Amino acid sequence: MTQLFLEQALNGLQFGLMLFLLAAGLTLVFGIMDCINLAHGSLYMVGAYLVAAAAQASGSFWIGLALGVGAAALLGLVLELTLFRQLYKRDHLSQVLATFALILIANEAVRMIWGAQPVMLNPPEALSGPVEIGGFFYPAYRLVIIAFGIAVAGLLYLLVAKSRVGMWVRAGASNREMTEALGINVQALFTVVFVFGAALCALAGGLLGPLLAVQVGMGESVLILAFVVIIIGGIGSIRGALVGSLIVGTVDTLGRALLPTLLRAILPADAAANLGPALASILIYLLMAGILFFKPQGLFPARA
Amino acid sequence: MAEALLSVRGLSRRFAAVDALNEVNFSVDAGEVHALIGPNGAGKTTFIHHVSGFLKPDSGSIHFAGQDVTALSMHQRVAAGMARSYQITNVFRGLSVLDNVALAVQGRSDAGSSFRFWKPVAAEQRLFEEAQQFIQQVGLEKQVSTFAGNLAHGDQRALELAMALATQPKMLLLDEPMAGAGPEESARMVELIEHLARHVTILLVEHDMAAVFRLADRVSVLVNGQLIFTGTPDEVRADPEVRRAYLGDGS
Amino acid sequence: MAFYRPAPYQKPVVVALLLAMVFLPNLLTAFGQEFYIGLVTRMLIFALAASSLNLVLGFGGMFSLGHAAFFGTGAYVAAICMSSGISDALFVLPLAMTVAGLFALLVGAISLRTRGVYFIMITLAFGQMAYYLFVSARAWGGDDGLPLVGRMTFGGMSLSSDTAFFYAALACLALSILFLGRLAGARFGRVIQAIRENETRMEALGYPVFRYRLSCFVLGGALAGLAGALLANLTGLASPHLLQWTQSGTLLVMVIIGGVGYLYGGLVGALVLLMLEEVLAGFTLHWHIGLGLLLLGIVLFAPKGVAALFGKQHG
Repeated sequence: MTQLFLEQALNGLQFGLMLFLLAAGLTLVFGIMDCINLAHGSLYMVGAYLVAAAAQASGSFWIGLALGVGAAALLGLVLELTLFRQLYKRDHLSQVLATFALILIANEAVRMIWGAQPVMLNPPEALSGPVEIGGFFYPAYRLVIIAFGIAVAGLLYLLVAKSRVGMWVRAGASNREMTEALGINVQALFTVVFVFGAALCALAGGLLGPLLAVQVGMGESVLILAFVVIIIGGIGSIRGALVGSLIVGTVDTLGRALLPTLLRAILPADAAANLGPALASILIYLLMAGILFFKPQGLFPARA
Repeated sequence: MAEALLSVRGLSRRFAAVDALNEVNFSVDAGEVHALIGPNGAGKTTFIHHVSGFLKPDSGSIHFAGQDVTALSMHQRVAAGMARSYQITNVFRGLSVLDNVALAVQGRSDAGSSFRFWKPVAAEQRLFEEAQQFIQQVGLEKQVSTFAGNLAHGDQRALELAMALATQPKMLLLDEPMAGAGPEESARMVELIEHLARHVTILLVEHDMAAVFRLADRVSVLVNGQLIFTGTPDEVRADPEVRRAYLGDGS
Repeated sequence: MAFYRPAPYQKPVVVALLLAMVFLPNLLTAFGQEFYIGLVTRMLIFALAASSLNLVLGFGGMFSLGHAAFFGTGAYVAAICMSSGISDALFVLPLAMTVAGLFALLVGAISLRTRGVYFIMITLAFGQMAYYLFVSARAWGGDDGLPLVGRMTFGGMSLSSDTAFFYAALACLALSILFLGRLAGARFGRVIQAIRENETRMEALGYPVFRYRLSCFVLGGALAGLAGALLANLTGLASPHLLQWTQSGTLLVMVIIGGVGYLYGGLVGALVLLMLEEVLAGFTLHWHIGLGLLLLGIVLFAPKGVAALFGKQHG
């Protein structure tokens, strides 16, 4: 039981960190630009496909990851310059409609290029086995993802908390007009944030590729989770995104792994078998509802 | 204190380590026009927001018409008889003058429930007959069917007043009714408020000193979140502290 | 946005169209095109679903992206009723509306405490919660959904023929639109539209804004439940995919195409989108790309908001 718990806790941490990569970019786009972007999950999906394609072509996972992330950043740049730049000023209705249209286009384009079947992305050879930590075995690749996640999260924190650009980003999230009035080129700032967010999406997609299937529609389910993270953490707050990601990652993973077992202990077997998975699948939403009830602005509201 | 219509005691509110309001004691007696003045940033708007229920205080209490309203929401205070007009004109531009005021009448608890889904509003004669009266009170009867969005600025302010009156308030809270008005419009507004003051208690927040001294029975001065003086217009003019803190550089 | 006022020519046009619809099945049968009766019924049902969203979004000004959850809930209520041997529409449909409405009450009570982007995301998340709940509910068929063994009856009358069911759907849509039209001009409609325009002002006029918004949200949810129950009966399946957020997105697209805040916006949008689907899908398997590009075009070339494309009434 303890071993299962430890293993699942690590899985939860790993999942939470990947969610953070997605939520970080998204929360800034929402917070700074007050723009709702449903296509963020599509960037994640397209990123994963690009990484898989580049990895296959180059024969190396890491080269594939670097190329794929670069290509996704480029795609993000093109999207920002051509489409999103026009959307920031629009009402939420237009933003939702346009980004919903992007999802339709992205899903269909991916299906045309790569087909409807999931694409395989293999982890690097050297990391395919398990390693022993503290008496139990854990997949080496997952550990690397955790390390990656921690490194990126740390870097992002330093960037946002300490650097000049980061200061502008925080200022932009809490009060856009004021930031503009101070003479900061908000438009360029938007572009940087958006491209950065796209790159992080592809990074998460590429890293998760070997663990989950790279397939059409993978973006939507993860998008909703990123939304839950942002709602819990508070729009525009990087710290909120980190805390929210870790909460959602661990609660979801542990819930799915442990809840059925726990329920079996207190309920009749077939009631537990029915209720367990259902309850586990909505656990984070119940958590979200609970947090919202007490803190309608999320845990770390960026705007005063 | 007992007969005061509005009585604010020890009202405090902090925003991020700044005292926006500090232990404010304030009262409005039934029937008077009580003006609240103070330099920009003194906390007048914050104070109004607390009285109307848009914001909730950190400490202190607000009693209105013999009832503790500190915890009540905005619409509950309106139901208790407190109506307000806004600094920025806040009418429904897509509705006619008559429809705007009828909407205000409809919101009153004695006008019946608004959870009516079938009968057209247009067929509810009573709402419109009552609305007509309030429109006459502010002198807009020639423009009953004009869209509010097409009214001149001064007429929009008058409409705003008619809507506040239509809630049949015990007290009218007027937030800078002269803001953005030209001299002619101001004169008309002063006249209008003077006329209304015969029927209803008024709490007036205003920058236009000429208007304040003409309309007010009593004047309170708010500086840096603190109420430094309350008295008749003449007393306020004479008070050295007020002159120093507020009038000193202006007049 | 303007307050809703029916255009003067509206009533005769609608009555004429309704009469034409009454004879549509005979016409289609005469030309041997009975297949299209089912398709038209589907359009009517989606028109109802989109109209219910338009009540919430267009009239109430609440940007919900979780509306499909109420739609799907209605479908499941119908399927569960049927598998428990209850088949009278006079019981099933009100029950579907009640359950969907209660669910909307729950979602609304929490999410209406928030505004803007937050509200959009929260309704989306709650909708998705319902989706996962039904996907993992093995007793109700899980991912495969819950099939209906037959169709509802109406007070002893069978609705199993496509023509009979077409009339049932037409009646539900016509009655709902009649109700929505009355509502828009009645006290309640005035209030929710005014709240959409300026909620603080309404609060300052003494209106308990939250209560009105929530009521509007619940009404919209109940009507969506009605549409869902009809759809399950048409297709013979209550699928969890009806609750998925992409379904909410589709309903939203319908409302936007047809006109946000226009009484017939949902109806027009559903007809246009479903016909478009029928036509585009005939050309290519990848018709979603075409639809996506079309939507992007609408957004980019209607800078004043999409509804403006269709001529804005003032007043």
